[in-house]
Amino acid sequence: MTKTPLLEIEDLHAGVCDREIIKGFNLTVNEGEVHAIMGPNGAGKSTLSNIICGKPGYEITSGSIRFKGKDLTAMSPEERAREGIFLCMQYPVEIPGVPTTTFLKHAVNAIRKHQELPELDTMEFVKLVREEGKKLGIDNEMIKRPVNVGFSGGEKKRLETLQMSILKPALSILDEADSGLDIDALKVVADGVNALRDGKRSMLVITHYQRLLNYVVPDFVHVYADGRIVKSGDKSLALELEEKGYAEFVKEK
Amino acid sequence: MSNPKPEIIDESGDKYKYGFVTDIEADTAPKGLNPDIIRLISEKKGEPTWLLDYRLKAFEFWQTMKEPSWAKLSYDKIDYQDLYYYSAPKQKAAPKSLAEVDPELLETYAKLGIPLKEQEALAGVVAVDAVFDSVSVATTYRAKLAEQGIIFCSISEAVKEHPDLVREYLGSVVPYTDNFFACLNSAVFTDGSFVYIPKGVRCPMELSTYFRINAKNTGQFERTLIIADDESYVSYLEGCTAPQRDENQLHAAIVEIVVKKDAEVKYSTVQNWYPGDKDGKGGVYNFVTKRAACRGENAKISWTQVETGSAVTWKYPSCVLQGDNSVGEFYSVAITNNRQQADTGTKMIHIGKNTTSKIISKGISAGFSNQTYRGLVRVGPKAANARNYSQCDSLLIGQNCGSHTVPYVENRNKTAVIEHEATTSKISDEQLFYCLQRGIGEEEAVSLIVNGFCKEVMQHLPMEFAIEAAKLINISLEGSVG
Repeated sequence: MTKTPLLEIEDLHAGVCDREIIKGFNLTVNEGEVHAIMGPNGAGKSTLSNIICGKPGYEITSGSIRFKGKDLTAMSPEERAREGIFLCMQYPVEIPGVPTTTFLKHAVNAIRKHQELPELDTMEFVKLVREEGKKLGIDNEMIKRPVNVGFSGGEKKRLETLQMSILKPALSILDEADSGLDIDALKVVADGVNALRDGKRSMLVITHYQRLLNYVVPDFVHVYADGRIVKSGDKSLALELEEKGYAEFVKEK
Repeated sequence: MSNPKPEIIDESGDKYKYGFVTDIEADTAPKGLNPDIIRLISEKKGEPTWLLDYRLKAFEFWQTMKEPSWAKLSYDKIDYQDLYYYSAPKQKAAPKSLAEVDPELLETYAKLGIPLKEQEALAGVVAVDAVFDSVSVATTYRAKLAEQGIIFCSISEAVKEHPDLVREYLGSVVPYTDNFFACLNSAVFTDGSFVYIPKGVRCPMELSTYFRINAKNTGQFERTLIIADDESYVSYLEGCTAPQRDENQLHAAIVEIVVKKDAEVKYSTVQNWYPGDKDGKGGVYNFVTKRAACRGENAKISWTQVETGSAVTWKYPSCVLQGDNSVGEFYSVAITNNRQQADTGTKMIHIGKNTTSKIISKGISAGFSNQTYRGLVRVGPKAANARNYSQCDSLLIGQNCGSHTVPYVENRNKTAVIEHEATTSKISDEQLFYCLQRGIGEEEAVSLIVNGFCKEVMQHLPMEFAIEAAKLINISLEGSVG
């Protein structure tokens, strides 16, 4: 079976204000694959996900990022999202006064429009949200509240997961999705991610601990330190890492 | 001035506008302001002597007054002798079809979702009658209102048909001595609306909803008088979300509202006059005096305004809470973009016992605009247990705009409770990125965030008005990001 590459990052160098954070990063994620990127605090894991999503404030000095064969760096953040990149954020921001349902409807229809699909009307949209919410055990009341306002850490992550389930991205990037979550909330996130695993969609799971990887079992594990991948392996690498600590691997290089 | 044909623009629409092409010059008074011009205005409107006297007294007083300069506004000095105070409706030839209308204007209509028929009327392609069959609509509704004793007509008509009411209340809330612009209006006002709701009557419809086009602005010196008798209720809508291309640069209107015992008035405004171009050229100067007096116990007045237009706005809708237990509310959204300037807020004057007031003000500044919230809460010595809550939030978009909050509090009763909260924020990069990351475009994201910011105020607007107002907010902020 030939593999189709979805995300290809080649020799990427990038940073913020003359400070290089990513130093020669290479990674190819094929369709249907789940990759975990594990690294110590301050290794630039969030920088990597932000750069893939086009968050302003970062500078790419050399290298390339391609998505579905297209140059990703030439696209605006919203174009990248519409092409199918979803970032499940570590700290989702509050948007006061904007009902979550309204926000979601705008997002769904922006993406549908890009895919040249008809926009969903209110009835169709409500039905979709109910169905997806039910699968994740998300209370209908929650999504009537303003986006993330007054949400607990667990609720915020549930909402991120719900959005991911509704938007059905080709590539989901989970940035420290497990931070600050109790086991129940963690399972919700994991269930959401696993439900999207259909052999076609891909995931990039960026994490500090391997705890989440018990629930979202990766095909590949990469150890990320000092701006590049220092070791790659299968899921057993995560356990090895947990046992030995990062220092071992950083030395190895 | 030979053969001046009296043309009364009544509330059923300026239907004479384009039929009135003969001898235009004859119906335009020369520039400048003097007692003769005022006499001419009064004569053309066929006014009684008492009203002419009122105008002349106002004019005399006005000459002793100075234009106020305390507001945080800067504009070229207005030469009051270089303005026309009485002129016939604009004699421009009407466009023959929408194809001849400025495409930019049409685009805005489309964005606001204004039906095609209404667009034609707004752009002046067809007479208003052709759209609503305004004569029948106006008559139907006026008849329906009249059944309950409600009077809703132009102030000119009211002067003729209900002189006692007008004479009793005109200037009773905003006397001509009140301020420079109110004084000017009192001398030269041309037309406006008059509403009287009799005792115990609940007005069955939003006044002016059906007259959206018909009752469009009646000139630069508009005068509105609303009287709500005991135990009555009325909701009044002023303005139009569609852009008004107005040739008059100076506007100085007065709105006076009298609310009696157990009565309630809800007054909603959407103001979208020409704001000038990107560099601040042109645009309406809007100096408005709006005030409501709660004259009886348990009277209630609620102002809701969405201000997006005008180059310069000077406006403080106020509540004079005379009756015990009376209530004043002020909900405001003001948006300034490009070079617009707005100095706006409210005054809550607590006189009676147990009076309460609430101020919710949301200011959004973008571009190079400047905005000031200026509000007064005054509690008099007899206003035992008065309560006020004020909340003023400002949102800045971009690096070059300004926002200022100037609250005045004067308390002379130690039982009063006065609370003031103020915040200033920016649309954060994080909020914007969150929206973009979900595929929502930048302008759509800003409008979502801004609408969220204004929600508390918008929910006080009548439903159909609120939908248009939300769209208007988006239009006003176009080009403010990126």
